[in-house]
Amino acid sequence: MNYEPPRGSPIADARAPALAAQGGCKGAIRIANVVKIYGSEGAGVRAVDDCTFHVPAGKITVVVGPSGCGKTTLLNAIAGFHSITSGTIHLDDALLCGPGRPKADPGPDRIVVFQNGALFPWKTIVENVAFGPIVQGRLSRKAAFEKARMMLAETGLHNLETNYPGEISSGMRRRVEIARALMNDPKVLLLDEPYRALDSLTKSVMHEALLETFDRNRVTIFFITHDLEEAIFLGHHVVIMTTRPCRPKKILTVDIPHPRDYSVLTAKRFREYLDETVEAVHEEALKAFAAGERER
Amino acid sequence: MKESAFAGDMNVALAQGPTAVLAKPERGPGRLESSAYRMAQWLRSPRPYLMLIGFALFLGFWYLTVEVWKLPRFSQMPGPTAVITEWINPDPIYGLSLYSPEYYQHIWVSTRRVLIAFLLATATGVPLGLLLGWSLRFKEYVFPVFELLRPIPPLAWVPLAIIMFHGSETPIIFLTFLASFYATTLNTMLGVESIDVSFVRAAYCLGAKRRQVFWHVIVPGAMPFIFTGLQISVGVAWFSLVAGEMVSGQYGLGYLINTSYTMVQYPTMVIGMITLGIVGYVTSAAVRVLGNYLMQWRARELAMGAEA
Repeated sequence: MNYEPPRGSPIADARAPALAAQGGCKGAIRIANVVKIYGSEGAGVRAVDDCTFHVPAGKITVVVGPSGCGKTTLLNAIAGFHSITSGTIHLDDALLCGPGRPKADPGPDRIVVFQNGALFPWKTIVENVAFGPIVQGRLSRKAAFEKARMMLAETGLHNLETNYPGEISSGMRRRVEIARALMNDPKVLLLDEPYRALDSLTKSVMHEALLETFDRNRVTIFFITHDLEEAIFLGHHVVIMTTRPCRPKKILTVDIPHPRDYSVLTAKRFREYLDETVEAVHEEALKAFAAGERER
Repeated sequence: MKESAFAGDMNVALAQGPTAVLAKPERGPGRLESSAYRMAQWLRSPRPYLMLIGFALFLGFWYLTVEVWKLPRFSQMPGPTAVITEWINPDPIYGLSLYSPEYYQHIWVSTRRVLIAFLLATATGVPLGLLLGWSLRFKEYVFPVFELLRPIPPLAWVPLAIIMFHGSETPIIFLTFLASFYATTLNTMLGVESIDVSFVRAAYCLGAKRRQVFWHVIVPGAMPFIFTGLQISVGVAWFSLVAGEMVSGQYGLGYLINTSYTMVQYPTMVIGMITLGIVGYVTSAAVRVLGNYLMQWRARELAMGAEA
């Protein structure tokens, strides 16, 4: 299935020359013709192939694809954990990686929230949250702790300050991790299936909390998942990926106004979006299943 | 046996669970208070009594085989009564008991050697292990040599140690150091390698420099393995100390055991052995306590049933 981007869609925007940040929000990511081959060229595994799309600033863009389709590879390239083989990735007008610079430098303008969570278990919650500004030398220890406490209070987590991550629930840990990221005023949050390990009830609580955080901060969110309902519920844009090699198959703009809450899930509109996309996702899932791809 | 141990753990978990989750005081319950509480819990569980039964069975077995049945293999062996009466005798037959200052001299000399060797091994092994785990290039230089030296038992080093070092003290400390050093280095390296790459990535994402990643992620992340290594290290230190002391020296528990053997003072020999057991246990327990103290996060996590 070949997808030709219509004009004005996120794909077409990405091909347009440097796009000004929209409405004062920063953190637009332009991914253009990105290829990632693991192993040697020729014999290697093509994880991402000629992938082009645009993550608009101050919006939630959700990337959906079956496990192992290569979407995490893309996130790792943006974050600066992995190099890309060819293509370019821009954050606003700055080149993150491209020709002559295969790997971006990780930095506090793009913060990842990891699939299995990466709060440091040896630091208390407040120490974790204060970590960024302290190591960057942006705030003194005292100021960073003060800000961290405010941040936690804002998310209703202030009574957990002196706990260690191992002592709180995994849902709480995700929220703390997002607070830790937001401490650094990042341009982009990169979320790599952050709620994968949670049960569906906790997940719904987490979704609302994330949307609430988004409404407060208006940070660009790049969210990876294999759960279509989650994608449509959260995203302004949903990018459905083909499985290995990974490239956009279908891009959906979800025209349900934010702030959204759980009543959306039963709305007719929501169901229509789901109907529209479920087949495309299922098709890729079948392909992935047949190929026996594993998560990498 | 298994079931009751499990029930004991459950008691502890249940008792600690609610306080840790619901009532959240400023800094958790006082350390002293909570350890007293844990002690009371322990005494209420069947574990201490099972432990006592275990010791009683062991002593009974020893008594029966040596003193009652007089089995052929055990004919030369001193029985528990002989050993204990000698041990607590103010006027010992063979010249050594709880009342002789010499006894404490032996303990002190051995402990001092172990402590020096252990501290040296920690001071060199931990940094070396951290570097081995942290830098792939460094590991490629050093690790093959390390792996080649490691299987050489401390006893095989005895002649070289005597040639290399003067006197009798330094060779013994060197031998004691060797085994400790390997255990500490290897465990520290494994500790670094066990760290989830997400932690390192998260630190870089949050703007940490390489040095900061080392101090904030690598060192604390390897800590649980380091302390496992240190417990092994202090154990093997005693192990190779005795080997060294049997070869040279004028004091120390290994020396005591060896000379009592050559002078046919068998109860004294066994006193030396039991003392080694006790002192060895105390030192490794001390390392464990220090580890728990330094790794509050881990102790609390384990108390929660280690969900993560």
